[in-house]
Amino acid sequence: MSLLEEHIHETFGRIIIKEEKGESKTILIDKTFILKVLAFLSPSLLLLLWEIFARLGFIDVRLFSSPVMIFKTMLPMFYSGELLYHTFISAQRILLGFLTGAVPGVILGLSMGLFPPVRASLMPMVAATFPIPKLAIMPLILIIFGLGEASKIFTIAIGVFYLVLINTMAGVLNIDDIYLDVAKNFGATPFQFYSTVAFPGALPMIFAGFKLGMGTALLLIVAAELSAAKAGVGWMVWRAYDMFDIEKMFVALITMAFLGYIFSYLLDMIERMVIPWVNNRR
Amino acid sequence: MYPTEAILLEKLTKVFYARQKKVIALEDIHLSVKEGEFLCIVGPSGCGKTTLLRILAGLEKQTRGKVIMRSKNPEKPLTSMVFQGDSIFPWMTVVENVAYSLRIRGFSREKRREVAGQYLRLMGLDGFANAFPHQLSGGMKQRINVARAFVSDPEILLMDEPFGALDEQNRLILQQELLKIWEGSGKTSLFITHSIDEALILGDRIMVMTAHPGKVKAIVPINIPRPRDILSLRSSPNFGALFKEIWQLLQEEVLKAKSTEMNK
Repeated sequence: MSLLEEHIHETFGRIIIKEEKGESKTILIDKTFILKVLAFLSPSLLLLLWEIFARLGFIDVRLFSSPVMIFKTMLPMFYSGELLYHTFISAQRILLGFLTGAVPGVILGLSMGLFPPVRASLMPMVAATFPIPKLAIMPLILIIFGLGEASKIFTIAIGVFYLVLINTMAGVLNIDDIYLDVAKNFGATPFQFYSTVAFPGALPMIFAGFKLGMGTALLLIVAAELSAAKAGVGWMVWRAYDMFDIEKMFVALITMAFLGYIFSYLLDMIERMVIPWVNNRR
Repeated sequence: MYPTEAILLEKLTKVFYARQKKVIALEDIHLSVKEGEFLCIVGPSGCGKTTLLRILAGLEKQTRGKVIMRSKNPEKPLTSMVFQGDSIFPWMTVVENVAYSLRIRGFSREKRREVAGQYLRLMGLDGFANAFPHQLSGGMKQRINVARAFVSDPEILLMDEPFGALDEQNRLILQQELLKIWEGSGKTSLFITHSIDEALILGDRIMVMTAHPGKVKAIVPINIPRPRDILSLRSSPNFGALFKEIWQLLQEEVLKAKSTEMNK
């Protein structure tokens, strides 16, 4: 063993270097700390480069703007309440649309998973309509539900519905037979069968469906607010496009990223509360 | 006249169809199990041991033959099965798993906790009541599995290799604990195992089965007095002789099963 090896011990990502003679000095370098610093540093560096290139004229600020310009546009919008208003309108549409799609998705998905006759009679329709791009249905939804809130909520709901339905059904179908045997051996009634095995057993997959559905909801809000809307973050993007206001467009995009982050954070939090038995792998 | 045995099987036959091929899992099984008896079942893999237990548990139906089981108390469940492998509900805490049968029967939450608590103490699961299964070791999970069956207080206990996946040390500990609980309860029990040792330690009789089709080859009485203790049991002169007898019966079947497999 070399002298160096004798004094460097690597334990669980920490490198500990001990010095000889008398007092020993310990230097701790925590790998997870380095990773955290990197995760903060690299986006900061990108923003800095963006700003420098914009100022040096390497990139066209009329098309790509610059971080400082975007920030200068964002602040007054934030203080005037304009930004919050649009965010609130969009968040409300996403939430209502999500619930309108997810609740029937779970109920139908559970019954399709549990009862083969229900599955046999509904599956052809689900399979036939699922591949239709939801955007292609939008004009039809506009004709049926008009130009008000209902059409926007329904556009989102329909996208969420399919993903939740299919995941819930798969969740029920994937429950290990042994759990069904246990319930049967102890004489569970159909309702107990549903409440003690099918529903809890499918919950992890149901939440996977919720997360996919939320992604789709954020996608569809932009499309839904494209037509006949007067507010919302998606509307802000299109409005900025019409006005050729690049800074405002970036502000709207940033707000959308923020909305997406908040919603997925909330879903993660609810998931941890509702499914405490699943190992958290993150 | 009704039979007085706890379980009576007459000409029990089970036929499967797997990929258009007829498989006789069980053929003309005759068996009578007395009330309070502990019967161990050994046999080569694929001899229909599990199928037999599943029929008794009401999870499958026989093709032919009679299954008669005596129920003294209609309030109690007739059978409870300890399944092979991991059958503990991952979405329930330890105490909820152990008390599952009581929930099915509509007992109050307090009553459930009280009854389950007794068995948690008996099985050395004290302090783990509110843990989830994924936090526990394999040995702990099998304790829950056994406790869950005992809590339901069935007339007949069916155990399908409950300790099969455990290491030797855990296995010995759980065998000793099962002996203790079972000798206290005196329940009619059927226990499938691959281990002759285990069958000798636990059983009043050992049923040796043949493979393809599954038939009863022999039933050997184990005249070792109870209460039993694993340590003194192994050094008793009977133990070695019985081990030899069972192994000779079983060896023929295992070799036969091997050769038919090779001819396929």
